[in-house]
Formats: sequence, C-alpha cells, structure tokens
Amino acid sequence: MGNWVVNHGLSALILVVWMGINIFIFVYFYLFYDLGPQFFYTRHLLGPALAWARAPAAVLNFNCLLILLPVCRNLLSFIRGSCACFRRSMRKQLDKNLSFHKLVAYMIGLMTAVHTIAHLLNLEWLNNSRQGDYDNLSTELSEIGDHSNETFLNPIRSPSTTPSYVAFTTIAGITGVIITLSLIFIITSSMEVIRRSYYEVFWYTHHLFIIFFAGLVFHGAGRIVRSQTKDSMYEHNVTYCKDRPLDWGKIPECPMPQFAGGAPGTWMWVLGPMVLYVFERILRLYRSLQKVILRKTVIHPSNVLELQMQKKNFSMEVGQYVFLNCPSISQLEWHPFTMTSAPEEDFFSVHIRSMGDWTRDLISKVNFHTFCKTGFSSRRIAVDGPFGTASEDVFDYEVSMLVGCGIGVTPFASILKSIWYKFKESNQKLRTKKIYFYWLCRETHAFEWFADLLHSLEGEMEERGMLNFLSYKLFLTGWDHSHAAHVMVHFDKDTDVVTGLKQKTHYGRPNWEKEFEDIRNAHPTSTVGVFLCGPQALGKTLESCCARYSDVDPRKARFYFNKENF
Amino acid sequence: MGQIEWAMWANEQALAAGLILLTGGIVGVAGQFKDWQFAAYGIDGESLIDICLLEYPRGKRKNKGTSIDRMGQRYLTICVKAFGPLTRNYFVRAGLHAVLSIPGGFMLPTVLGCVCVAIASLIYLLAAIRGEQWEPIMPQVESKQRPGESMKEPPSNPPPRPPRRAPEETARGCCICQPHSHLCQLCLRAPPRGQCDQGFAQSNNCCRL
Repeated sequence: MGNWVVNHGLSALILVVWMGINIFIFVYFYLFYDLGPQFFYTRHLLGPALAWARAPAAVLNFNCLLILLPVCRNLLSFIRGSCACFRRSMRKQLDKNLSFHKLVAYMIGLMTAVHTIAHLLNLEWLNNSRQGDYDNLSTELSEIGDHSNETFLNPIRSPSTTPSYVAFTTIAGITGVIITLSLIFIITSSMEVIRRSYYEVFWYTHHLFIIFFAGLVFHGAGRIVRSQTKDSMYEHNVTYCKDRPLDWGKIPECPMPQFAGGAPGTWMWVLGPMVLYVFERILRLYRSLQKVILRKTVIHPSNVLELQMQKKNFSMEVGQYVFLNCPSISQLEWHPFTMTSAPEEDFFSVHIRSMGDWTRDLISKVNFHTFCKTGFSSRRIAVDGPFGTASEDVFDYEVSMLVGCGIGVTPFASILKSIWYKFKESNQKLRTKKIYFYWLCRETHAFEWFADLLHSLEGEMEERGMLNFLSYKLFLTGWDHSHAAHVMVHFDKDTDVVTGLKQKTHYGRPNWEKEFEDIRNAHPTSTVGVFLCGPQALGKTLESCCARYSDVDPRKARFYFNKENF
Repeated sequence: MGQIEWAMWANEQALAAGLILLTGGIVGVAGQFKDWQFAAYGIDGESLIDICLLEYPRGKRKNKGTSIDRMGQRYLTICVKAFGPLTRNYFVRAGLHAVLSIPGGFMLPTVLGCVCVAIASLIYLLAAIRGEQWEPIMPQVESKQRPGESMKEPPSNPPPRPPRRAPEETARGCCICQPHSHLCQLCLRAPPRGQCDQGFAQSNNCCRL
C-alpha cells in the first residue's frame, strides 16, 4: 500500500482534482442555463437542450485550455528544473504529460459529442418554432425581430429554411462543422495502430489543431445564444406575460421583450495557452538552429547507428532523452531517442535502430557519406533537449537491481557507464556497492552494441580486480531447439557463445523468487533499489516480489521498487 | 511517408464515420426531426450493416510482421472474407462508401457522418491506387516442432564400439550424447560426473541455469 501511494498517489490526486473541476463546471453552467430567469423564453423554445449544450461548452473551454499545456515540453523542463528542491514525485509527474494529454483529449471528444447532439436538437426545434409548428408563445417569440426596434430571440430569421442551411450559413454553424471534422481527423489518426506504425500520418494530421483552435475562438462570435436583457426583465414581467403572448406590445405590463446574445468567452480561456504554445514552438526552432557538432558516427552490427555529438551549453543527466531532426530528410519531423552516453563524457550519444522511414533514411545517408568519405556535415542534424526526469535515484542505493527488457536496455547504457565513471573517480554521490543487472530480450539482434559495452566494462573491472562490482545476467526468452543444440555443443568454452561475455547466457525467463532470495541472502542488511525499464506485467511481478522479500525490520534487507519512466 | 498503408487509416476513419452516422441517425429519429426517414436509413441500412460490420475486421498489414486485430473480429473476418474480391478490393470499398454517404447529406444530424464517410472513401481510393488489398488476419496454427535429427552427435569412437551395458545399470549418458532425456530445462538430463559413454567430459553442472 505504501508503495502504491508513493508511486501513484500524486497522479491519483491530480486526476481527482481535474475530474472534480470538470464536474463542478458542468453542474454550475447547467444550473445557470437551466434555472436562470433571463433564459426563460430561450428555454421555452429549446427545452433542456439549451443547458445540455452550454454545460459541455464550458467544460470544453476548460479542457481546451488544458490540452496545450502538457505538450509544451520546454516549459515542462523549465518547471522540472526549477523545482529541483521539490520532491521527486512532482518531477516524475511531469513525465506523465502525454497520458494527461490523451485523457483531456478523450474528455474533449466526449463533450464535443454531447454539445453537438444538443445543438442539433436546438437547431431543429428553433426551425420548427420559426415555422409556427408549436404553441402561440413559441411562434410569438420567434417572430420578435421581424419589425424594427425589436431584438430577436430566435436566431433563425427566415420562416422557410432548413436546419442544414442555417448550420452552414451562421458563423457558429460553419466553424462548428469545421472544428468537429478536424477533431475527428485528429482522433482517428492518433489511434495506437496508426501512431506506432505510421508516425508521419499522426504527426502531420495532428497539426489540424491549428484549425481547431482558430475555429474555436470564432465559434461564439455570432452570439446566437440569446437571453433577455436586464432592462427588459425589469419592464416585462415574465410570470404574468408568458400566458399572454398575443397581447405583447399592446398592454403596458408586457412591452416587447428585448434580447441580447452572450459574448464569446472561449478566447479568454484559450488565449494564454495558445501564446505559451507559440513560444514553445519558437523556442524549439531556436534550439534546433544551434550548432550541433557530429563528433563521430559508428555503424554497429544489425544496422544500428551511433551518433556522438556535441553542443554548446548542453548538459545531460542519466536516463534523459533528446529529439533529433534531420532537415535533409524531413523539415518538420522530430524523433525522440534515449541518450546512451554518461554525463561524465564530453559528448552525448544516441543509438538509432532502423525502425521506420526516417531512421532508415538517416542510416542510409550516413552509410552513403561514409562510403564516399565525405563528411556528414554538422548542418545536418538538429537536437532539442534533453528532456525527461533524471534517474538519479539509481546512485542512492547500496545495492541496485536493474532490469532492462528489449529496447528498454538503452537507458541502462547511460546508467551503467555513469556508475562506472563515478566508481572510478570515487564520486561521493555514488553509494552503490553492488549492481545486479538483468537483461531480458527475445534475441540479441540489434543489441550487439550493448553486449560490447558490457564486454568493455567487464574488461575494465577485471583490470582493477573488481569483477564483483557488477554482476549481470542475460536472459534470452526467444530460444528454440536449434539454440539449445548450439549451446550444448559449445558449453565448455570460457565465454558465452552468443554474446562473447564471461557470464553465460540464460534461457527462458528468470526465476524472480530465486533471484530475490539470492540477493537477500547475499546482502542481509542492505536497502536494495529495483529499477525496471520494460513491460508493465513485469513491473507488477517485481513489485510483488519486492513486497514479499522486504523485511519489516529496517535493519534487515528491504527492496524498493522504483517505477521509473524512461 | 513511403511505408504508409493508407488502408489502415482509411479503416479507422470509416469505422469512426460509421459510428458518427449511427449516432446522427439515432438523434434524428429520436428527436422526431423532419425527414427522419433519412435518419432511419442512416441507422439501419448503412452505418450498422455495411460500414461497421465491413470495417470492423482489421486487415493484415503487408509490410510489418505483427497485425493487431480488434477484439472479437474473428467471426466477422470469416464473413467479410466470404465476399471475396468485393471486399478485398479497395476500389469497390471506396465506391461503396461514396455511394452510401450520399443519403446522409439530406438532413443535418447525419451530415457530419456523411462527410466523414466520404473522406474515408477518398482515403480508400488512395489506398486502392497504391495497390493495397485487404488480407484477413487468420489465427495462426502453431506447428509442433520436432527436434532436429542433427542433434544426435556422431559417435566419437571408431568401431568396434564398447558393448552395450546391461539394462539394470543406468546408462551413463550426458546431455550431448543423449539428448531429450529428463529433468534439466536445456539438456534434459541429470548431470553425472566423470565421463559418459561416448567419452564427453562432464562438468559439475551440465547447463548453467
């Protein structure tokens, strides 16, 4: 339970507060429109659909304000940097920005649906009222505005039109249709399938949000939601006059009621975030124009490209990531990569696998330049970053258990290198005495560079006689009988046949119970930090093992599971 | 954008459009709008049967290995597959959606659905021009792999080989010379000490796990 509160407490709190504000806004505006006396005649024409349209509109205002904020990543970095003295949980919260962005987007989608349906009903009923299909009061109300000196209530002035025509000839109608269409496109292209496989479609279509916000700001400019003016309510007693619509203007108690439209309010909500977002994009552009020196490019086996770069005033921490842009491939695309170098080094590096269009093009460009022996000039890459919460906790534990799955092993390259540098310099910040590293992957294809890193660390540790500092186990979960046969034939060799490392490769999944048991026996009085970069299911397993093998007695071994967000 | 399969996006768009048309139709009928017959058409004739059922089964991706199917789409896949070239060809789908979207344009609640379906039809047209086709995702049958015959090592001793041991004495085999016996996950044999029949040297642990 304690673990849950530490890991999830702040997220839960933020969600509750956000939902609470949404509910409050909805109920407040619903009651405002449903009970407000100035809307009495409007409600007569529209019924409850008035409140059902205006309440979601208010919630939409709030959420459209929120949706731009989580994607201002430079702003978030700034906040993260400035609350270094705050608790880490606050900074970790900022890493969940995209989840929050999606949640707010779902709410916008839902509220748009409710708002649109309510307005469809509104338009139909307004049109019917104008054509005299309903009672006398409705007809009378709809006719107000036909003569001069009258301010209309029913925005549909022509008695022989259709709701479709009205929708496409009013500002509110046409902007509404356009922004709803944009929203639908944005949502369908953001589905997980499209986003993961065809990133460019997602990225370019998402820029329809510009049209969305432009339309949103002008959506209320037509002022078609009408209410009775204050002066009119003073002169025209609604309770008495509502039963005598045909006498209006003829008796002194009931002069013709005057109406006015509500001023557009959306711009007040969204102007601030829009300005912030424009600053964000300008800042990204500025940072991208800074010179990046491409110190070295290395092509590793399995077509993995390593880029070693330098940039002025660039300082990184372990576990952070950068965005790369290559103008010669695509002007607008920025792709994130976790950094694989340690902060102690004088350059920063990323390892890029050939996964999609952009990465493939980049690797082929580098190959081409290497082949032609022309330099891949420094104008060719732009870098934005670093982003992400640093994983400094790794250095705080006496014993660390690091578990990396598949591609999740990448941040651990940075961490392991940094730990090794700190160890060599006897850095005071490093309290770690022993590291257990578990590397789980289906196959080592595309990770040979990591095996090389382990190999070199192994060599250095052997030189200093410190082979005990780091113990690592590689688990190949995708073995089959041909693997088994190969290993059987070669098991007498000193080094592992698959990786060439001293420690042999294991097959299948690790037996976590046994691992935790062994670590507990080896370090009976230590605090062990467990770090995972991998799938959630494994996270649950590790969390439960931590709970089970931790001792209540603080002098004995305790395991802390850190839900890191690499 | 070379690797894009437009059909994947067209599929998402068409499914969403079908649902929007359905919602519009329900609003039209429930609100007793004028021209509600068009709305009724929107609900029964078009969105439910053709678009939602036709689009629900996701097609197989051509380029990449993993195709993620939607929950419970297996049965619909069989139905859709049964229509053969009518459903496989995206030109047909593009035309079908274009034609079916027209009645939605006659009343306001279904107009949005109509426009979305029309756009989905355009994206399908683009997919068809690029030569894409709908392939069903069929459940894969796992083939039981028999261990290869080559795992048996050739005998290292020239003939004449030592005589066969009596059956009550446990054969001193090891994981190399006698594969697929019991116990160990990898070598499937309890690790004996010393030497085995065929002369392979044994260590303490046959396979380190």
